[in-house]
Amino acid sequence: MNPSNVVILSAILFSIGAVGVLVRRNAIIVFMCVELMLNAANLAFVAFARTSGNLDGQVVAFFVMVVAAAEVVVGLAIIVTIFRTRRSASIDEPNLLKY
Amino acid sequence: MINASAAVWAEGAPTLQEVMPAEGVFSLIWLLIALPLLGATVLLLGGRRTNTWGPYLAVLTVSASAILGILMVVGLMDRGAEERSIGQSLFTWVFAGQFEANMAFQLDQLSMVFVLLITVVGALIHVYSLGYMQHDPNRRKFFGYLNLFVAAMLLLVLANNYLLLYVGWEGVGLASYLLIGFWQHKPSAAAAAKKAFIINRVGDVGLSIAIMVIFVTFGSVTFDDVFGQASEVNEGTLTAIGLLLLLAAAGKSAQFPLQAWLLDAMEGPTPVSALIHAATMVTAGVYLIARSNAIYDRAVWAATAVVVVGLITIFMGAIIGSAKDDIKKSLAGSTMSQIGYMVMAAGLGPIGYVFAIFHLLTHGVFKAGLFLGAGSVMHGMNDNVNMRRYGALRAAMVVTFITFMAGYLAIIGIPPFSGFWSKDEIIHAAFERSPIIGSLAILAAGITGFYMTRMVAMTFFGKARWEDDAHPHESPKVMTIPLIILALGSTFLGMALLFWGNIETWLEPVVGFSTSTSPLSTEAVIAISLTFVIIGSIIGWISYARREVPIVAPRGSLLTRAARADLYGDAVNEGLIVRPSFWLSRLLIWFDGRVVDGLVNGSAALVGGASGRMRRYQSGFARSYALSMVGGTVLVLLALVLVRLS
Amino acid sequence: MSGEDWVFWISGSFAVIGALGLVFSRKAVHSALWVAFTMINLAVLYIANSAPFLGMVQIIVYTGAVMMLFLFVLMVVGVDSSDSLIETLRGQRISAIVLGLGLAVLLVVGVGNGLVNSATVGLVEANSIDGGNVEGIARLIFTDYLIAFEATSALLITAALGAMVLAHRERWLPRATQQELSKGRFLSGSHPGNLPTPGVYARHNAVDTPALLPDGSISEESIPRPLQARGDVRAVDHHEVNEIKEVDSQ
Repeated sequence: MNPSNVVILSAILFSIGAVGVLVRRNAIIVFMCVELMLNAANLAFVAFARTSGNLDGQVVAFFVMVVAAAEVVVGLAIIVTIFRTRRSASIDEPNLLKY
Repeated sequence: MINASAAVWAEGAPTLQEVMPAEGVFSLIWLLIALPLLGATVLLLGGRRTNTWGPYLAVLTVSASAILGILMVVGLMDRGAEERSIGQSLFTWVFAGQFEANMAFQLDQLSMVFVLLITVVGALIHVYSLGYMQHDPNRRKFFGYLNLFVAAMLLLVLANNYLLLYVGWEGVGLASYLLIGFWQHKPSAAAAAKKAFIINRVGDVGLSIAIMVIFVTFGSVTFDDVFGQASEVNEGTLTAIGLLLLLAAAGKSAQFPLQAWLLDAMEGPTPVSALIHAATMVTAGVYLIARSNAIYDRAVWAATAVVVVGLITIFMGAIIGSAKDDIKKSLAGSTMSQIGYMVMAAGLGPIGYVFAIFHLLTHGVFKAGLFLGAGSVMHGMNDNVNMRRYGALRAAMVVTFITFMAGYLAIIGIPPFSGFWSKDEIIHAAFERSPIIGSLAILAAGITGFYMTRMVAMTFFGKARWEDDAHPHESPKVMTIPLIILALGSTFLGMALLFWGNIETWLEPVVGFSTSTSPLSTEAVIAISLTFVIIGSIIGWISYARREVPIVAPRGSLLTRAARADLYGDAVNEGLIVRPSFWLSRLLIWFDGRVVDGLVNGSAALVGGASGRMRRYQSGFARSYALSMVGGTVLVLLALVLVRLS
Repeated sequence: MSGEDWVFWISGSFAVIGALGLVFSRKAVHSALWVAFTMINLAVLYIANSAPFLGMVQIIVYTGAVMMLFLFVLMVVGVDSSDSLIETLRGQRISAIVLGLGLAVLLVVGVGNGLVNSATVGLVEANSIDGGNVEGIARLIFTDYLIAFEATSALLITAALGAMVLAHRERWLPRATQQELSKGRFLSGSHPGNLPTPGVYARHNAVDTPALLPDGSISEESIPRPLQARGDVRAVDHHEVNEIKEVDSQ
């Protein structure tokens, strides 16, 4: 398995995730796209760990997973809160950033 | 016209005097200035609570300065001729690189006579003002300004360097402005004040540039340094400095071509006209030229320009004075003319400086007397200034009449009144330089006789042409006593200075003195000038005392009409300066409105428009922001990749 | 192609398909399932890349916990207009795709270029030092990365607390009693009783089948609202209705 192929796969997944963040309006889907981007990064870390021959890359990927888990918890709580007040999970609705 | 070489000018030029330290009474030189300055500060900052006693304080401070001045002149007389220049340095005022100007004073023979003139005449006029301004609600301010003027004028004549002189120069300009516009509720007074100020600025620019040139040339602005090195500087530079100083003098002394403001300055209260616009401030130009004698002695063409300016002004002033019906404006024309004499004399070189100052002193006294007399007349005539509504006042105002006559005889130069001695000496000196200048000076003396006789005849003789509600009466003692003192001065000062005070030898160490052969003997000059004066006076007497004076001025000849219009000085200014300035201003307004504002507003509109566009991207949609973030990421990556791959 | 390559190409392709499915699915639940699919494939790739521990964690934490959390929230939030694929921001979609492509190209060029000529060291040696991949990672976590590890534990606790705070609803009014609830229900003027049940017919027996009113028209209230929002209402065959009427009339 050529590591550069893995990294290319990781780049493709990352880009798809980015596009998903940009085009989807459902906050939960957007969130899942962010998770996809994180996973793509993890994949790159794993590939790099293998290329360079030490486990630090895997440790970093592990930390990314931990942080992602924490992020998911808080993020979903925020989504639920927003949904409760606005009855919608669309991220276009809270465009109050404008004011 | 002038056939003198530079060598002749150097003859009689003074050598630099050694400056003595200030001891005894002279250690109080600073107090001369500080006292009136204190008075001005108290009066102007003290507010209404000084209303009652403020004017008396002003009189007190100036009188104290006058007493101090008299003590100093006595002290100076006690000393030998070579020990009469006293310097006092208070502190370093400006210090920057090579430039140094100290708050330092120089009391020498020249400054001394000015100090006496300013403080004594100033004190008399302060006293007179107590009566004259008695009913004015803003009396306190008036006295504050007067004190300010005295302080500034003393600073001007006591400064030991050009920069400090400039401070006094501007100070008197400010005081003059404030006092001309003292009755600012009258639009004419406000306009006159502005006019005086602005025309003075022209001269002031000359002085400031002159100071800059002096500093660049000599590396110093102290009188001693400048005059000590004047012989080492080429004539071109000196001529430039001389002409610039002449411009300054012309502005302050109302000489051609900056003469237009003095006539309008008569809008100020009469004591102001007497003190500032007759006796002291307007002579500052003469002081400046006399003080800078070391420069003019080595710059013949600049000195010639001084003579020409003086001569032109003598005639302009005399002609204007002959035609005006306003007693104060007529006197103002006379002032211009007399200062013209002084300026002309100062331009004659070492043969003239002394007499310029001599005439300045006598003129300061008798013209102050004449102005105060005119003020006294106005005081009794409901402030009417039109001489055509006067007449036959000699019985109603005996003291005023007698004192005015003393001034009259002095100004036209009847012996033994003081003006005779000084004017005669000037004419004589003019003959020494050139018969043409002398002849013109004598002719002008004749005109002086005419217009002064006209004034006296219209005011005190002939039939009463009073307005119905006029009740002429003599002024109170507080006004007549200064008049009497000034009349005594008008009568005896000339003789006193010439025979007892030895004005030539007194001033010689500062301004230099020399005589040369004159084509006419002294007696002949006296005879001729007296003849002209008497002829002029007789013409004036016949025209205005024997004949009926019409209440409404007749149309008059072309010259009369021109003179009534101040010889079109205003029109010339209007055409040459004001109109082009307006055009320039309009151009600038256009430029400002279109180009500058266009640029400013354009950039604002650009920012505004760009913001308007940019605002659309500020949609509040998180996804739009995410899009721009990704865009930024792509750009950064692109840059990284390009750098890596190149 | 070695076995490893086979794994890469198959799992990699699946991962990309799953990612695309995530982006293009109309329904959020489908997206969640697609992303779970991607993550399982990624776990396979981790394992194939000598990271068996991460592969397991990926399956357990992501697929097992995180994705289930997503699904749970999806159920809570339900369906609304945000699921629509119609773009409302002008130019957003096209710019997003252009930028995404640019990003992909640049990443491939940039990162891939850096790796092209580098030799792969492999993790066999690194894994063998401590006797295995899990042991190796454990040693690193509890030695070099100890502080970071402790910090993440603090982070997790904070996140849990934060989630509770965010999701907590403050009660501003006293809890309504049963009497008050009942009064409110009747005074509001709406239908106080049960809504009609979905239609139960001989051939159809499902919640997506509307009940029929006596005149043969459909009762909208008999279908649960989420089904209505999703458009999952089964059409009623009027031919059958007529048949029923005929049977009734005999």
